[in-house]
Amino acid sequence: MTDGVLQSTQPLPPPLNRPPPRWQRLWAGLFGTPLNATVTLGCLALLGWAVPPLLRWTLLDAVWVGPADRCVDAAGACWAFIGEKLRYILFGFYDQDRQWRPAAADAILLALAGVSGMPLFWRRATLGLWIFGLAATLVLLTGGPAGPAVPTERWSGLPVSLLLAIVGLVGAFPLAVLLALARRSGMGGVRTLAVLFIEVTRGVPLIAVLYVATLLLPLMLPAGGAIDKLLRAQIAIILFVSAYLAEIIRAGLQSIPAGQYEAAQALGLGYWQSMRLVILPQALRTVIPSIVNLAIGLFQDTTLIIVIGLFDLLNTARTAAKDPAWFGFYDEAFGFAALVYLTVCVVASRYSLWLERRLRR
Amino acid sequence: MRTPSQAPSRPASRSGLSPRFLIAGALSLAIGFALSGAAKAGPTLDAIKARGSIKVGVGTQPGFFAPDSNGRWQGFFVDFGRALSIAVFNDPDKVQFVSSSPQQRLPALQSGEFDILLSGVTQTFTRATKLGFHFGPVVFYDGQGLLVPKKLGVSKGKDLNGATVCVQTGTTGELNITDFFRQNKIAFKPVVIEETAENQKAFSSGRCDVLTQDASDLAITRTQLPKPDDYVLLPERISKEPLAPAIRYGDDQWLEIVNWAIYATIQAEELGITQANIDSFLTSGDPTVRRFLGVDPSLGEAAKLDPKFAYTIVKTVGNYGEIFERNVGPATKVGLDRGFNKLWTQGGLLYAPPFR
Repeated sequence: MTDGVLQSTQPLPPPLNRPPPRWQRLWAGLFGTPLNATVTLGCLALLGWAVPPLLRWTLLDAVWVGPADRCVDAAGACWAFIGEKLRYILFGFYDQDRQWRPAAADAILLALAGVSGMPLFWRRATLGLWIFGLAATLVLLTGGPAGPAVPTERWSGLPVSLLLAIVGLVGAFPLAVLLALARRSGMGGVRTLAVLFIEVTRGVPLIAVLYVATLLLPLMLPAGGAIDKLLRAQIAIILFVSAYLAEIIRAGLQSIPAGQYEAAQALGLGYWQSMRLVILPQALRTVIPSIVNLAIGLFQDTTLIIVIGLFDLLNTARTAAKDPAWFGFYDEAFGFAALVYLTVCVVASRYSLWLERRLRR
Repeated sequence: MRTPSQAPSRPASRSGLSPRFLIAGALSLAIGFALSGAAKAGPTLDAIKARGSIKVGVGTQPGFFAPDSNGRWQGFFVDFGRALSIAVFNDPDKVQFVSSSPQQRLPALQSGEFDILLSGVTQTFTRATKLGFHFGPVVFYDGQGLLVPKKLGVSKGKDLNGATVCVQTGTTGELNITDFFRQNKIAFKPVVIEETAENQKAFSSGRCDVLTQDASDLAITRTQLPKPDDYVLLPERISKEPLAPAIRYGDDQWLEIVNWAIYATIQAEELGITQANIDSFLTSGDPTVRRFLGVDPSLGEAAKLDPKFAYTIVKTVGNYGEIFERNVGPATKVGLDRGFNKLWTQGGLLYAPPFR
């Protein structure tokens, strides 16, 4: 086998200035060696085995419209189920006649995240944009300023997923910066506290943090002092994420050469000034790809709130298939939820790659 | 469907010190604190009235509790939640349904996340004494069954020596199945899964020989399997599962409202009063009917309830039989037989104490 590989790589022309045409490289990659050819044929066979049934299920035999009865006899997917349940999966228990509110909230949250991704907006004014945007989102979801209030129990579906993930990350950010600085600070007490918080939080699974926030906290607080359940989950997520984010930011801080610190000192800048003006801007810039990575993970981790009875997108999709009228279309429900998560995460990871290339320039 | 009292303290089999185990330890500590301070916490009913709505803990199970396409909860237990809302607020919609998994619903009730748990909890000794829950009237008599593929060639549970059994974690089912095999001195291998749907997938894909759940759940599950006729529900019921609403200790008045709102639906069926014909009973001369419907307001006044609470409940959600037939009866996809859940006059177990 090794011989084959060695021999067949020999005839490949290695000119540096004129690469071989694209198809030639493709051919060499796919069938250039016996091993490559075997792998290629194996993959083709796998695709040939998996794709036609999948295609039949998702497209050819699928039922696109109509009542549930039509789906029961069909061999393929029941996309009519998604059509019927789309409103519920996206917005859950939110008032039906006011669902433009969660829709608008989704749009604002996505726009905020998108805008903040552009280096053009990496400036102080964006902070104001965030405060304004988040306030608008909350006003929209709570049912204000005019009209009856919508309790958070009825918030569900996509807005909850986005809110928990985006506010979780943004809310954790200031805390994480402070924790990272504290962990590198010379003050022993502060450093020990930061290390303690970070290590304890990272040593506990998110599910445990959520359980504590939902079940234990109300028992410890005086009667009537209970905070809203969604808020408790949100705070738990913020604290949890801040520990991970702090470690990412600490890595960024460590990557800054000592000369920068010394230069800032030589300029006569105090600790906070040198951090704010010299060190943090450079440190944060280097860790943006890691932060995006964390954000992708966080968006998927928010599905864990299912265990404390909150309805995020995955839970509304799951419960949509529990309606006796449309019972049992779990494959379609989970497939749809997966598609939404996949879309968001692929966009985010492509963005991360683009940003990495841009920052390297 | 049911959480056993000891479920949280049972360590997960995967690792010695699982997070669940740690949480359980912390939880039991905290619940201990809560119980000692429960008397100070103030009655549930006051909290309900101050809030303006009842918080009802539910699960998710087709026919019993599930949101419809409009995001409105529907189902057998949900209708009883609406009946409670009528008894307290004279309005079926002053109720918030809070979803809760079998694993966490009892601690959640304990921590005050809801005022009543209507998620098909089995009434047991330990839950009523050690955990500190009062139970209302049984709304559904169930029993644990065993579903097996026909090709296994088994006709009764005792033949299942060495079988692999899929069972839902955190339920009395997990304990019952262990007891059953121990009693019969035969071996089995449990496959413990938390989610109902996952459990069914594991069974239909052949990961286990037996699926055990409440017979009512198994009936639904069977219709969902690729070839329902290839499976058979074994005749024995290996446990008694009286499903009843649960509330925390410390609010007797709330307990009585729960009791009598549910009895009202049973009493209505016994009297032959339905959603459709109820208004014709308003002119009845029968003193039992007059007291029940609040034409004679003495009962409601004594209980500090709207005298016509029973009338409004039956008018809005129907009598017990109607609630059953509409949500889980033979005409629905769930397709359950009334079984034990018939009136005592028809050979069932439902019996409402007199309204007088």
